Amino acid sequence: MAIAALSNVQLAPGQAAWRRFRRHRLALAGAVIILVLVLGSAFGPYLLPFDDTYIDIMKRFAPPLSGAHILGTDELGRDVLARLMMGGRVSLSIGIVAMVMATVVGIVVGAFAGFYGGVIGAVLMRLVDAVLCFPTIFLLLTLAALTEPGLVTTTVLIAATAWMWVARVVEAQVRSLREREFAVAALAFGSSNLRIMFHELVPNAIAPIVVAATLNVAKAILLESYLSYLGYGIQPPAASLGNMLNNAQIYLTSAPWLAIAPGVAITLAVTSFNFLGDGLRDALDPRMNIP
Amino acid sequence: MARYVANRLAQAIMLLVIVSAIGFAILHMAPGGPLSQFAVSGQMTQEDLDRVTRQLGLDRPLPIQYLDWFGRMLKGDWGRSYRDGEAVLSVISSHLGATLELMATATVIAVLLGCWIGVLGALRRYSLFDSLATVGAMIALSIPTFWFGLVTIYVFSVKLGWLPAGNRETIGDGSFLDLLHHLIAPSLVLALVETAMWGRFMRSSMLEVINQDYIRTARAKGMPEWRILTVHALRNALLPMITVAGLQLPTLLGGALVAETVFTWPGMGRLFLDSIGYRDYPVVMGILMFSATIVLIGSLLADILYAVVDPRIRVG
Repeated sequence: MAIAALSNVQLAPGQAAWRRFRRHRLALAGAVIILVLVLGSAFGPYLLPFDDTYIDIMKRFAPPLSGAHILGTDELGRDVLARLMMGGRVSLSIGIVAMVMATVVGIVVGAFAGFYGGVIGAVLMRLVDAVLCFPTIFLLLTLAALTEPGLVTTTVLIAATAWMWVARVVEAQVRSLREREFAVAALAFGSSNLRIMFHELVPNAIAPIVVAATLNVAKAILLESYLSYLGYGIQPPAASLGNMLNNAQIYLTSAPWLAIAPGVAITLAVTSFNFLGDGLRDALDPRMNIP
Repeated sequence: MARYVANRLAQAIMLLVIVSAIGFAILHMAPGGPLSQFAVSGQMTQEDLDRVTRQLGLDRPLPIQYLDWFGRMLKGDWGRSYRDGEAVLSVISSHLGATLELMATATVIAVLLGCWIGVLGALRRYSLFDSLATVGAMIALSIPTFWFGLVTIYVFSVKLGWLPAGNRETIGDGSFLDLLHHLIAPSLVLALVETAMWGRFMRSSMLEVINQDYIRTARAKGMPEWRILTVHALRNALLPMITVAGLQLPTLLGGALVAETVFTWPGMGRLFLDSIGYRDYPVVMGILMFSATIVLIGSLLADILYAVVDPRIRVG
C-alpha cells in the first residue's frame, strides 16, 4: 500500500497522463486510425496507377473489386480509391488547418477577455455568445454563399465558425489562473501584460486547449463534408470526402458504392478524433468530466 | 425570481443587438452588398443602380442604415424575397410548419430513447450495455447526418421499399397515415445525433444524482428501489436536461436543414438552401436571423424554466 502510494507520487505528471491515456483503448485506436488515414492519404496516391481526376468514360460505374479499380469507378470513370485518398488529403488538411486557426483566434480572444475582464471581457464574451446563437451550418452556408468557394475560403470559414469554444475554455482558465501566485509574481517582476498572458497563463491552460483543439478537428472535418456535400465547399474536379458524396444521391440505386466509401471515411476520421479528444480529456485532466 | 428573470431578459436583449449587428455586417459583406442582386442581372445601367441605391437608402451612413434595418426587423418588416416579391416573414412562416413537425418528432424520439439509454447506462455503469451505448453515441455524433440519410434511403427505400425516399406526402394522397409514413425516415435520421447527446447528458446527470446523500438516506429508510429511482433519482436527474434542451436547439436546427435537403422535405432548411442557390439574400438573411433568434429565445426560456424548477439557480 505504502509502496504503491510512493510510486504514484514519483510519477511525473506527463507519465501519469500517458498511463491514463494508454488505458483509454478507444483513444489509442483513434490515434492509430488517424495515423493510418494520414499516411494513406499522404502516400497512397503514389502507389496507385490511377490519377484522381483522370476521366475514363468507357469505364464508368465499374463496381468495386472489378479489375484494377479496388473501390470501383464513379460516373465519369474516375478511380474511387484515388479520389478517396486525394479527398482525404483535402479533408484532413482542412480539418487540421481550420483547427489551428480557430485555436489561435480562440486563445487570443479568450486570453484578452479573461485577463482584462471588466468591459473588454464582457464585450468579447458576449460576442462569443452571439456567434454561438447562429446554428453553425446556417452561418457557414450564408458566409460560403457570399464568397468565392475554394480550399482557402472553406478553411477560413470553418475556422470562423469554430473558435468560440476555445475562447470560452481559455477565458475561464485565464480568469482563474490570473489570481494565482505565479501570475502575481510575474506581475511583481514587472512582466508586461502580454508576456504574462501568453508566457505564463496560456501555457498553464494547455491541457483543456489541446482537448478542445482535437475535438475541433473532428468538427471541422464534419463541417467540410456538409459544406462540400451541399455544393458550397471544395469544387470539382478536385475531390474532398464531402463533395464525393455530392452526386452519390442521384446514383444511389445504380451505384451505391459511390456513397459508401467516402461516408465511411468521414465517419472513421471524425469518430477517431472524437475518441482521441475524449481520451486526452481523461488523461490530461481527470476532473474535467464534461460529457 | 423577478430579478433573475429581468436580469436574464436584459442579457438576451443585449445579445439580440449583437446578433443583429453580426447579421447586418454579413449582409454588407456580400460582394456589392445588398445591391449585388441588381448588379448581376446586367440589364441595369449605372443610373438605374444609383436610383435603386437611393430608393433602398443605401447611400446613408452605415450606423443609420443599421438602426433603420433593426427597427424594421422589430416591426416585422424583414424585406421581400427577390424571387417573387413575397414578404420574407410570410415566406418563412409558410415553411416553418414542416420544419417544426420534423424537429418536434425527432425531439420526442430523442428524449425518450436518449433518457432511457442514459439512465440505464448510469445504473449499470461499465456494463456491456453502457460500453456499447457510449461507443455508439460517439459514432452517432460523428456520422455526417446527410450520409446517414443516404444510407437510410438506400436500405429502407431502395432495397426494402418500406419507406418513401423523400417529400412530405404523396401527391394526391396526404392522409394522416401517408404523412406519418413520410415522416418516419427523416425524423429518425434527425433524431440520431439528438439521441446520442441526450443519452450522454442523461447518463452523467444520473450518475451525479445516484451518488447523493439523499439517495443513500432513501435506501437506508428501506424505500423500494423502483421508488428511489423514479421519485428521487430520476426527477432530480431530469432537471439539468432543461438546459440541455436549450443547448440542443442550434444542432437541431442545423440537423433539420441537412435532413430536409436529403429527404426533399419542404421546410425552412430546404428553403434556405434554395434561396442561397437563387442568391435570394433577403430570405437567406431572414432565415439566418430567424434561426439565431429562435436559439436565443430557446436558451432564455430554458434558463428561466430551470430557475423555476430549481430554486438554487436564482441565487447564483
